[in-house]
Amino acid sequence: MIRLENLTRHFGQGAHPIVAVDNVTLEVPSGEICVLLGPSGCGKTTTMRMINRLIEPTSGKIFIDGKDTVDVDPIELRRTIGYVIQQIGLFPHKTVEDNICVVPDLLGWQRTNSRARARELLELVGLQPDLFLKRYPKELSGGQQQRVGVLRALAADPPLMLMDEPFGAIDPINREVIQDEFLKMQQQLRKTIVFVSHDLDEAVRMADKIAIFRSGRLEQLATPNELLANPCNAFVESFLGGDRALKRLRLIRSGEAMVRDFARVQPDTPLGEAQRHMAAHGAAAAIVLDGEGRPLGVLKGEDAELCDSTVAQAYRPDPIGVPAEADLRIAVSLMLTHDLPALACVDGQGKAVGVLTYRSIVTTLRGTGPEADR
Amino acid sequence: MEILGFIADNMHVIGQRTLEHISIVLVAVAIAVVPAVPVGIAITQSKSVADTVLYLASMMITVPSIALFGLMIPLLSPIGHGIGYVPAVIAVILYSQLPIIRNTYTAITNIDPVLRDAARGMGMSDWQRLRQVEIPLAVPVIMAGVRTAVVMNIGVTAIAAYIGAGGLGTLIARGISQTDPRQLVTGALSVSLLAIVADLFLAQLQRLMTSKGIQGETPA
Repeated sequence: MIRLENLTRHFGQGAHPIVAVDNVTLEVPSGEICVLLGPSGCGKTTTMRMINRLIEPTSGKIFIDGKDTVDVDPIELRRTIGYVIQQIGLFPHKTVEDNICVVPDLLGWQRTNSRARARELLELVGLQPDLFLKRYPKELSGGQQQRVGVLRALAADPPLMLMDEPFGAIDPINREVIQDEFLKMQQQLRKTIVFVSHDLDEAVRMADKIAIFRSGRLEQLATPNELLANPCNAFVESFLGGDRALKRLRLIRSGEAMVRDFARVQPDTPLGEAQRHMAAHGAAAAIVLDGEGRPLGVLKGEDAELCDSTVAQAYRPDPIGVPAEADLRIAVSLMLTHDLPALACVDGQGKAVGVLTYRSIVTTLRGTGPEADR
Repeated sequence: MEILGFIADNMHVIGQRTLEHISIVLVAVAIAVVPAVPVGIAITQSKSVADTVLYLASMMITVPSIALFGLMIPLLSPIGHGIGYVPAVIAVILYSQLPIIRNTYTAITNIDPVLRDAARGMGMSDWQRLRQVEIPLAVPVIMAGVRTAVVMNIGVTAIAAYIGAGGLGTLIARGISQTDPRQLVTGALSVSLLAIVADLFLAQLQRLMTSKGIQGETPA
């Protein structure tokens, strides 16, 4: 656990120093990722650099697991904190192996142990050790360098990591891949991470908590969902942007926004009966199911009016539905693309367990639950 | 043709003079490196000190070698070395300071600050950072300074023949005083050839001392 107490840092002397960090109090529980987010010059990087004492605070305290960092030798302290920076900073004259082993070597590990560790770490991110251990940084792609940069920070298995825009230098497509890869690792490793970013999407993806900074002050500390739902002031709201409701969609699983009671029809149901069924549910569409309860598609109310036969002639077979585990962004995207008022959510067996409607999504985003209007 | 014949007849003397020449330059530059590299590193801590040191080293190099030898005669006579090997070596040491100090200073100051930050952030002490990161990265540029010093001082050492230090300059000096173009040309050719060979040899050494990870990125 990291606790910052009334942390302040001034730059420059005299009566009017520049206040880079202004009385920040913040706690990062063990095993969580806290993203420090804000525009450039907001003090987020300075705050992070005070944790491993690359910058000393003007006033205030930092506790790591209850221990005041002032009482620890800064060099010893840094060896227990993983450090990843945007420019990666791999040592160009050292091989991948030696780069990864920098901290273990500083800590005086047995060479065989540290080299085995490097091998194990490369495997963890899918880089073949035999191919990569002896390479130099210039022989790696940007994405590979970034992975090695993260591995180097993980090498001595520090409980804490400081990451300063670690994925900033990578193109957007690879960035998402590496972010996901890192999150997967974090699920096992459970490091306590302070992560600096200026990218809201990245923060929303990565964070357990987001700390929004402005001119050295901590404006709001909240989970991504809370933050996007309830920005505490106009600055935070404008920083989050006009599409913050859309950003929340990523954070909510379809299963959380579905209603379980919905209009169901079979392909051989006459359209007239289907219409009555929809009316009874107050629904604009019905889900077409096969005999096993698997969705076949959606019957829209307007399509049911067009002809006088069975559901089989009128329903839309594409898309069938979304997995209940998928995030709402995917579901809403499908609904918008195919102009559907409703979309089935399916479980692992492919059976329809509920249905998403715009109404159920809106009430979920409001925090009142998908069934609120019923 | 006459010159080739002269060279063939005097191979033994030329070889002897070449060894003397090499001995002066090699010993002097090896000694010069000992203070020059640490000074070059130390002055990276202060711009104003660096400017002063580099200024003094530049002044040193503008003193004509023949004048420097002359100045050393009264200074070193009390210890019995007014002329000969010792003043020659001292002159070369002094002339070597600028290229080695300047290249060391430039190499260290040009190291990407990101690498320094990464090294500090991972918990290297200043000394560890210097030894593990900064010096290995600076090696090619420092070695380029050593090469410059060696090549330049092979020329300076030729003049040291006038203070009886031996070396290939002896052939030149005698060639002039005896109006013997054979000795003169042989001496000049040998000095030039020695400079070229030394430079090639040191270039190879520089390559061997540079990590494969940074080869081909630093100017020679």
